[in-house]
Amino acid sequence: MSRRLLYASFVGEAEVLAAVAALRAGGHSIDEIYAPYALHGLDRAAGLRRSRLGWVCAAAGFLGAGGMAWFQSWTSATSWPLNVGGKPFFSWPAFVPVTFEGGVLAAGLATVAAFLLRSRLYPGRAPSPLPAGATDDRFVVAVVARDATFDAQALARLCLEHGAVETVERVERGEP
Amino acid sequence: MTEALFPLQRPLIAGDKTAADVTRDVCRPLEGRPTPLWWAGFLAAAALLGLGVVCVGYEVATGIGTWGLNKTVGWAFDITNFVFWVGIGHAGTLISAVLFLLRQRWRTSVNRAAEAMTLFAVMCAALFPLIHMGRPWFAYWVFPYPNTRGSLWVNFRSPLLWDVFAISTYFLISLVFWYVGLIPDLATLRDRSSGRRQRLAGLFALGWNGALSTWNRYELVYLLLAGLATPLVLSVHSIVSFDFSTSVIPGWHTTIFPPYFVAGAIFSGLGMVLTLMLIARKTMRLEDYITPRHVDVLCKLVLATSLMVGLAYTTEIATALYSGNPYEGFAFLNRAAGPMGWTYWIMVGCNVAAPQLLWSARVRRRLGIVFAISLLVNVGMWFERFVIIVTSLHRDFLPSSWASYSPTPIEIGTLLGSFGLFFTLFLLFCRFLPAIAMGEVKGVLSHGKGDHA
Repeated sequence: MSRRLLYASFVGEAEVLAAVAALRAGGHSIDEIYAPYALHGLDRAAGLRRSRLGWVCAAAGFLGAGGMAWFQSWTSATSWPLNVGGKPFFSWPAFVPVTFEGGVLAAGLATVAAFLLRSRLYPGRAPSPLPAGATDDRFVVAVVARDATFDAQALARLCLEHGAVETVERVERGEP
Repeated sequence: MTEALFPLQRPLIAGDKTAADVTRDVCRPLEGRPTPLWWAGFLAAAALLGLGVVCVGYEVATGIGTWGLNKTVGWAFDITNFVFWVGIGHAGTLISAVLFLLRQRWRTSVNRAAEAMTLFAVMCAALFPLIHMGRPWFAYWVFPYPNTRGSLWVNFRSPLLWDVFAISTYFLISLVFWYVGLIPDLATLRDRSSGRRQRLAGLFALGWNGALSTWNRYELVYLLLAGLATPLVLSVHSIVSFDFSTSVIPGWHTTIFPPYFVAGAIFSGLGMVLTLMLIARKTMRLEDYITPRHVDVLCKLVLATSLMVGLAYTTEIATALYSGNPYEGFAFLNRAAGPMGWTYWIMVGCNVAAPQLLWSARVRRRLGIVFAISLLVNVGMWFERFVIIVTSLHRDFLPSSWASYSPTPIEIGTLLGSFGLFFTLFLLFCRFLPAIAMGEVKGVLSHGKGDHA
């Protein structure tokens, strides 16, 4: 299935914010916005919700910490208890630092792994063919045709009125 | 007047740059030929690294008898270097994570290089416990893995083992934090280059295209990593200090060590950040990005942490006097007035006295003086670790076992070699990766220009 898209490129921060608001007010479907940097307020203007990756971080952190706490107790008190200076085998205060490190390590690695998986970022992935400058200084707004009322010329005019420096119409084959 | 009331509203980047200017300025050193100054620095660093490789090779082949250690002073140069390099790393995390959480947006100009500094410093640090093992090919024994000896597990009650976990976690989290920050910039590099650089940058950019949905998640991931790295950096140097404070040696066995070590670590790291930034802004023509204002703020942080370190020195002496413990009292008297007293006074002079010059705004604007102070801080903090480690050991409870210590040329060569490793890696980083976080600097360009609310 092919999709018709209109790419409008903006240079100014205020311009892209206003254009996105106008496009959304006009009922057009924004497929994606490509930004060279995280512009404060653009995610809210585009109606994006807060990511839920924080839950991955919390879950992995508690699992990692719990796992390390258990592992230290098991090796020191069950698997092969060693008498170190007469200390009790289950000397839990001594296990606190490594438990903490285990939690931090698991939380950090799992959060980044989940982020890369969720955003489908992996080595060898071909970057989407975008109008020039999307990773340099241009915000590219991609508006997708949902039905036959999609009027690329009227949309392009709307974007140009809001300060777009370039508009391109493209037909893409299949979902990326 | 408004300037004084809203100091954060002054532009952070000089020269009225646009986002395209930032891309061009930051990528320029990567795309041209390296400057003669870069080659000079690189060859000098590589020569030191070569010296280090020879010294370490000789030490591994012969044994740690090539060092000046004896039965009384069993820890000296190597552990001093270890603590010194770990400490250097901590300022990188302070700048990248703590200042991010505190919304200090001036950090964007220096955070990438400071994070790289953290990684390289931790690599240098890890070298020293490794070679102190004497048989580094058994280094994997420090990790608990199922083995044919029982399994015989590692001793989780030992601070030295906590160190293993703390340092490896710190290295991995710093690496991931640095790499995640690099992804958008690698995509920028990919999209403006061709040939082999494009393929390499493209491989590591993971197909990043700047989609807003990805940026949205990216911002949260960055915040979470900053939130994890902040307590991590406190834990790492606290654990390093436990190596000493859980023992019963006078001068080591004190509860002040964790905060004292963390403050000292950040102080020394800020000294190194200043040294590197002042070199980088000159040699790579980044004066518009690393402005006198960045230097000014870093100087104030150096001054604040210097006062904390000074407070810790005073508290230690007060505790030693007030405790009434003769061994503790002697340890501190011996530090300041014993045969190695000169190292103590270098420490106090460089860490407490010299940074007091930074109270003056005029001094903070004179970059030459700031550079000299930053070098003194590096020297002073190295001596602090030497003082803590060697003067506490060389005269302990029994006068019959007192001994002195002096480093052998092999040990000095190894220390120089670690500097060689650090600067070789740092210069390669400046040459092949964007030394300034473009994606973050572009976000603060409108700062203080008044055209956005």
